[in-house]
Amino acid sequence: MQTLEPILVEHPFFKDLEPRYLQLIIGCASNVRFDSGQFIFREGEKANQFYLLRQGKVALEVFSPERGAITLQTLGEGEVLGWSWLFPPYRWHFDARVLEPLRAIAFDGECLRTKCEEDHDLGYELVKRVAHIVIQRLQATRLQLLDIYGLHS
Amino acid sequence: MLPDLYRVQRVRQETHDTFTLELEPMSGGQQVAAKGVSFAAGQFNMLYIFGVGEVPISISGNPTPRKVRVSPPRFVHTTRAVGTVTKAMGKLKRGDVLGVRGPFGSHWPMEEAVGKDIVMVAGGIGLAPLRPALYQFLSQRENYNRIILLYGTRSPADILYRRELEQWRARFDLEVQVTVDQAMGAWHGNVGVVTTLIPRVSFDPLRTIALICGPEIMMRFTILELQKRGVGKENIFISMERNMKCAIGFCGHCQFGPTFICKDGPVFRYDRIQEWFGKREI
Repeated sequence: MQTLEPILVEHPFFKDLEPRYLQLIIGCASNVRFDSGQFIFREGEKANQFYLLRQGKVALEVFSPERGAITLQTLGEGEVLGWSWLFPPYRWHFDARVLEPLRAIAFDGECLRTKCEEDHDLGYELVKRVAHIVIQRLQATRLQLLDIYGLHS
Repeated sequence: MLPDLYRVQRVRQETHDTFTLELEPMSGGQQVAAKGVSFAAGQFNMLYIFGVGEVPISISGNPTPRKVRVSPPRFVHTTRAVGTVTKAMGKLKRGDVLGVRGPFGSHWPMEEAVGKDIVMVAGGIGLAPLRPALYQFLSQRENYNRIILLYGTRSPADILYRRELEQWRARFDLEVQVTVDQAMGAWHGNVGVVTTLIPRVSFDPLRTIALICGPEIMMRFTILELQKRGVGKENIFISMERNMKCAIGFCGHCQFGPTFICKDGPVFRYDRIQEWFGKREI
């Protein structure tokens, strides 16, 4: 039977992760697909998943009655969607809408959190990787806020 | 130092504040027309609007000579209307006359790129100075490995050369990724700063030449991202912009450390200017 292990090993998020950690978390993972236009999650819903994107494209959006859906960021192959599963109150802050048919590995957040509590070394490893992504997104957001292509650039 | 007279042959509105002028030589026209308006990808001209002023504008047309000329030789300049001169330039119509000095400055590393992967990163109006290099790469496509164009701009309405970008995206021998900083629901392309595209594309960092043009902040972060991927600083080239006046290294207006942007640039190999790049005192 083919397992998800070779897929996880190749995903940048799990690059160089020790095999023993991979064995611990693989039980929390499942293969998922979403069609264009489908919402993976919506703002305010319980955040209990974490996705490694394998193919396709998804938009993180916020909806405003005056302006409609505003796209904050798009994510695709090799990237990660969602970190609200890791921190209370475990609620999504934005909508995730599929732009191009999406294939991903979904992790059960509660299952991962339990494993992290049981093995703090695994927890530290995962939190470091999530923190790295959070920092990258924060830096990108700061650049976005600068409006570098504006008139005074 | 004296400008040649050129006549506006075509004006194309690219976005709400950006336009492209096609200029044909008038004075000494026979001679210029015979040899064509020759320039190297990355160079700029000084465009003079009489009674208003002179500004440096990158050449954004095709530097590759046509085998059969179907129309007279022209300089092509894409400009954003931001200051007094460029706003006046934006009001020019077909048949109007302006002064042209140039071409000036250094060019993109077309020879160094032979046999390598090419990553071009453009931000906003920075796509204009990179377009001649892309034309040239594509005209000698067999000389290069992967060619990747990453283009970031403010919003979908600010996308430059939209039709051409679509044509380039349709090619199998060129990877084009476009991203915008802000978008509403109707936009199905990428949203995020241009640096976020760099980890998404595949190239061999040890055999890559990177060409970057855009606002200086964007270039700084692009360089960091390319270095994270393993691209050496000697293989990164950037196009700099400063207040150029004489364009021949006499007046000192565009001094940048020990160099002059007009004469030693605008295209620089990054490791040769890294000491001054990003220094707020310079």
